[in-house]
Amino acid sequence: MQELVNRAKELLSSGAVNRVLGWKKGDLGYNPEPAFFETAEELEEFVYNGFCGANLSKYMIEACKQEGKTLVMLKPCDSYSFNQLLKEHRVVRENAYIIGVGCRGKLDVERMKKLGIKGITAVSGAEMDGPDTLTVETLYGTKTCAYNDAMLERCHVCKGKEHVVFDEVIGESVDTVDAERFSEVEKIEAMSPEEKFAFFQKELSKCIRCNACRNVCPACSCRKCVFDSTKFDSAQKANVDSFEEKMFHIIRAFHVAGRCTDCGECSRVCPQGIPLHLFNRKFIKDINEFYGEFQAGSDAEAKGPLTDFTFEDVEPSIVAERG
Amino acid sequence: MSIDTTFKPKIVAFCCNWCSYAGADLAGSSRLSYPADVKIIRVPCSCRVNPMFILRAFEKGADGVILCGCHPGDCHYSTGNYYARRRMTLLFSMLDYIGVENGRTRVEWVSAAEGVKFSTTMNEFVEKIHSLGRNVRLGDLRCKN
Amino acid sequence: MFKIAKSELPSLFRLIADAQDLYVPVDINGSANFAAWDEDAIVDIDTLKTVKSPKDAFFPQSETLYTCRREDKKLSIEPEALQDKPFTVFGMRACDVKGIEVLDKVFLSDPVDTFYAARRAHGTIVALACHEPEESCFCKVFGVDAAEPAADIAAWLIGEDLYWKALTEKGEALTKIVASVLAECDEAEVEAEMASIRAITEKLPYANLSLEGWDGNALDAKFDSPLWEKLYKPCLACGTCTFSCPTCQCYDIKDYNTGNGVQRYRCWDSCMYSDFTMMAHGNNRTSQMQRFRQRFMHKLVYFPANNDGMYSCVGCGRCVDKCPASLNIVKVIKAFAQEEGKANV
Repeated sequence: MQELVNRAKELLSSGAVNRVLGWKKGDLGYNPEPAFFETAEELEEFVYNGFCGANLSKYMIEACKQEGKTLVMLKPCDSYSFNQLLKEHRVVRENAYIIGVGCRGKLDVERMKKLGIKGITAVSGAEMDGPDTLTVETLYGTKTCAYNDAMLERCHVCKGKEHVVFDEVIGESVDTVDAERFSEVEKIEAMSPEEKFAFFQKELSKCIRCNACRNVCPACSCRKCVFDSTKFDSAQKANVDSFEEKMFHIIRAFHVAGRCTDCGECSRVCPQGIPLHLFNRKFIKDINEFYGEFQAGSDAEAKGPLTDFTFEDVEPSIVAERG
Repeated sequence: MSIDTTFKPKIVAFCCNWCSYAGADLAGSSRLSYPADVKIIRVPCSCRVNPMFILRAFEKGADGVILCGCHPGDCHYSTGNYYARRRMTLLFSMLDYIGVENGRTRVEWVSAAEGVKFSTTMNEFVEKIHSLGRNVRLGDLRCKN
Repeated sequence: MFKIAKSELPSLFRLIADAQDLYVPVDINGSANFAAWDEDAIVDIDTLKTVKSPKDAFFPQSETLYTCRREDKKLSIEPEALQDKPFTVFGMRACDVKGIEVLDKVFLSDPVDTFYAARRAHGTIVALACHEPEESCFCKVFGVDAAEPAADIAAWLIGEDLYWKALTEKGEALTKIVASVLAECDEAEVEAEMASIRAITEKLPYANLSLEGWDGNALDAKFDSPLWEKLYKPCLACGTCTFSCPTCQCYDIKDYNTGNGVQRYRCWDSCMYSDFTMMAHGNNRTSQMQRFRQRFMHKLVYFPANNDGMYSCVGCGRCVDKCPASLNIVKVIKAFAQEEGKANV
């Protein structure tokens, strides 16, 4: 971490960058926030550890509109999002200085709470070079839990430890994959229509329409979202009945289909713990099956699957035929 | 399976202006019949149809939605229907994934000369919707009263 | 003071539910939220904080106000019926109860909100003490006693028993309904538990958060502070904080076109949203900084200015737990204290 701070200070003082986009220490040991740093002094509060799950690419949309260069710290999976934004001309490459930071999987405090760890006041072992076990100080005594058990779902199906866009890389990444990316999707596909419907109905009934999934999503970069339109009666904030939530989540997933890098931020931020990645991953799986393997954000040039076609594409009736 | 005889399905057919709408016209002028339950909405091209249109139709009470466009290769704008094809494939797959019955959505390519195909397609589709019954999974409850 | 074995709670719930509607914290796929009780519901009274606060029971996220219907050439307007039957909310916490007190200030003062008033008149609140307060809790700062919730009925979960104490007339009435499953007992155990809860709340990380400088007169000092420009930056403009908050009370009124009529409904609004307080002339707050500032100024300055110094934050800490960017009211208060050179822990 100190290496990141030193390098950031160096680039700031040389004038190569005007600001640094990173994470700032929180007050509970697990809640760092994304932050802009403009001086070496401010950087004293910089932190990078297992709780820095936020994908900073989203903040680059606004940062790129500011004067000068922004130094941004991107984890391997965040770099996919940045690339995708580049492709969509939503960020400007020249205005960004990208330091690829290493990653050993990011932690989910909700998972720790689910494991029965309550009243957390400090966590040690979340550092980049920390041990395999987290030691958690709580109001009710010291607890421990395996780093892996507290990891976000997305890290168990990590896309890889290589950055796809960067100016320099600091730190090593660790392989964290121990699950099949599409296994959850396949499980749902195997259900009967009634079971599928009941599953999603139950999950989506929790939705409170806070729009956190949309607002955190780097692919959701529309200047004005259709759900924010005041002229549209399926409005952004009402969860009057089950239809509205379904409509919102299907349309949102559809709009990012072929552009979603599967960064998993939507599931991370959902206050109700809805596994929103199941929508996006279904589209990714279908795209792979129908139109060939495609990973959004792996480069900044290739045409997206929904802005492309071949004469031999499958007909929509395949969905029924497939059974 | 018992068929609800009181059930009058509402069916929305999005038809592209250049082929399918003309096909519907031909079906009419050839006096080929298709059920009056089908409400046609004319769109400039099948690729004008946003997935939202389809969900909105269901929200407001449609029991089935069908999209008709020019045959692949014949699009008035040369490639529109290819994009529509990809979009609808993914959308239908998603609807299937969340547990909406498969037959409620359909895409059919109908040219301006295919009045017969238009009428048989619509007859078939209406029959299918009859067998599926009312759309209860994707409707908005508020629209029921 | 009464008690009932925890294992007997389902029969207590059944007794209440037979007489009236009952809302309890229910676990749905891992998230606890208040919902109507039924035999199959997985009641979760161990989770300290439901994701959404129970304000829903009195001020639902969406509620229909009236419906216009067109039949042939006739137009009918049907107002929504007011709550006219008693109901019980079981399992609120002390902070949530205080939150209702805040809502009362808004909805029960002139002009009275009839929908809310009807629900308040018919609702009975059974609140649980917080046996294991969490690190994000800071209700003590707002004068809330987590050990003894000031509801119609206060309840404690100690060992294998639930202790039950009616504090108001409504509470007495509900106690009568369930009297057959309750056994009388003395208060010694509860006294000891309350002492231990109070001891924990003293040790919470935010226990000594100072609100110095935040009051109804702080408008000039706070509103133009350049600090807001910095603080709002990580905010994603989602509504998580406002929709999980027990005191946020802003709402929007909207029309829904049902095809042959219009349903007018109101739904919670969030100051974080771009169309918040949108009017014919456009928008009052055009930047996210302004909307972000609004939330905290409302809670800590505007509200006390209009309500004899009462803050519209109760320290439940839901925003601390749930903000996707780990921003929250505590960080804002601390940042101002630091800026003004005061120590704040």
